[in-house]
Amino acid sequence: MNSLERLIRDTSSFLPDDVEAALRRAVRKEPHGSSAHVVLKTILDNVALARRNHTPLCQDTGTLVFYVEAALRKKATPEKIRAAVAEATRRGWLRKNCIDSIDGRSYDDNCAEDAPLIHYSENVKGVRLLMKGGGSENMSRQYSLPDTSIHAGRDLNGVRNAILDAVLKTQGYGCAPGILGVCIGGDRATGYEVAKEQLLRRLDDISPDPRLARLEKDILKSANTLGIGPMGLGGKTTLLGVKIASRPRVPASFFVTIAYMCWACRRN
Amino acid sequence: MIFLRYPFDEKTVRSLKAGDAVSISGIIHTGRDKFHKHFADGGAINVDFRDGALYHCGPVVVRDGDGWRVKAAGPTTSVRENPYEPAFIAKSGVRLIIGKGGMDSATLEALGLYGAVYIQAVGGAAAIYADAVKRVAGVDMLDEFGAAEACWHFEVEDFRGVVAMDSRGRSLFDEVYSSSASRCRELIQQAR
Repeated sequence: MNSLERLIRDTSSFLPDDVEAALRRAVRKEPHGSSAHVVLKTILDNVALARRNHTPLCQDTGTLVFYVEAALRKKATPEKIRAAVAEATRRGWLRKNCIDSIDGRSYDDNCAEDAPLIHYSENVKGVRLLMKGGGSENMSRQYSLPDTSIHAGRDLNGVRNAILDAVLKTQGYGCAPGILGVCIGGDRATGYEVAKEQLLRRLDDISPDPRLARLEKDILKSANTLGIGPMGLGGKTTLLGVKIASRPRVPASFFVTIAYMCWACRRN
Repeated sequence: MIFLRYPFDEKTVRSLKAGDAVSISGIIHTGRDKFHKHFADGGAINVDFRDGALYHCGPVVVRDGDGWRVKAAGPTTSVRENPYEPAFIAKSGVRLIIGKGGMDSATLEALGLYGAVYIQAVGGAAAIYADAVKRVAGVDMLDEFGAAEACWHFEVEDFRGVVAMDSRGRSLFDEVYSSSASRCRELIQQAR
């Protein structure tokens, strides 16, 4: 097994320690025998079992996005990454999860044009991998402010309302408790890209911008008063974390983009 | 925790309330999109669902000698089966529908009429549910539907879930949605 294959196996089977710790804190807040307690307990048992057996945490092994330090461009080449993905699929660490969008046929080794996605960047250390399942990806959204239906003007209060609305609409679909990556501003494409990148941050990572740090904290606290709870059955923990970044915008546009990640937050 | 073992009799199932945590043992059958479509089109199903359980699941199952081994068996989203489920409940005599995310008001009504419940399994918990499957007792429609959509007969032990829609007309999803929506309106108003 080479280091890229190990990276894929471990990302698929091991929940990051900060996410597991947040789930442990969540289960302690719920009364014994409640739906929320049962769901969180099952999730934690699942995490332990997947780790012990090196099996996927979730059967939807997701869209694979590799973030590679630019200096490693010659070492972690697209060819090597694709070979590792094919091998990981053969060994059952990844589901056959890649389908042609025109004719529906399966790419049985999970490799095709832009699959897996590979980003080379100066801002990354080493090789990182994000695996995001379809159920959560379907719940990512973009708002264009102002939006009168949610009383969202072009300010941080408006941003807050858009994010809370997104949490409300995700219930019953994305597997809660989840994590939000948010981008304020940018063009539409940058918004989705930067929002998703925020999901690489650890839960204890706080935005260096004090205004965004305050917003991250406020939204986490407010969203957890909605009572949606684990798997939408009610409870005190709806979100495990909120990570926000901002990008400049043109005067005419004000996008708020939210990337939803389910509890099975597979990053490495 | 309420322990349920196949066969699931009507009296016990009607006594279950939304919010009850359950642990299921015995035989359950998987069925998802193709299964429901086949049934709605009048196709034959060689499985007796009376007092039984239907699980919305597309498992990963591999050959293991002469038998089968289940590698992943988490729930799939149930809403896709909304158009078919009331008729399935009426005709099959099924008592437990197990899935993820809940179902519509027509299904809720059918649960009440025929004495069945909807059980929420934990989304994404592929490993724990695969572990709950102690034996694959058989499979139907494997050639026609493929492994992910076939009707698998799983013998399970301590398969955990929560009653989310009961036979008395209560749906946790509806209740949580309406209370969270009103709380969300409050939070949005506060900010203005």
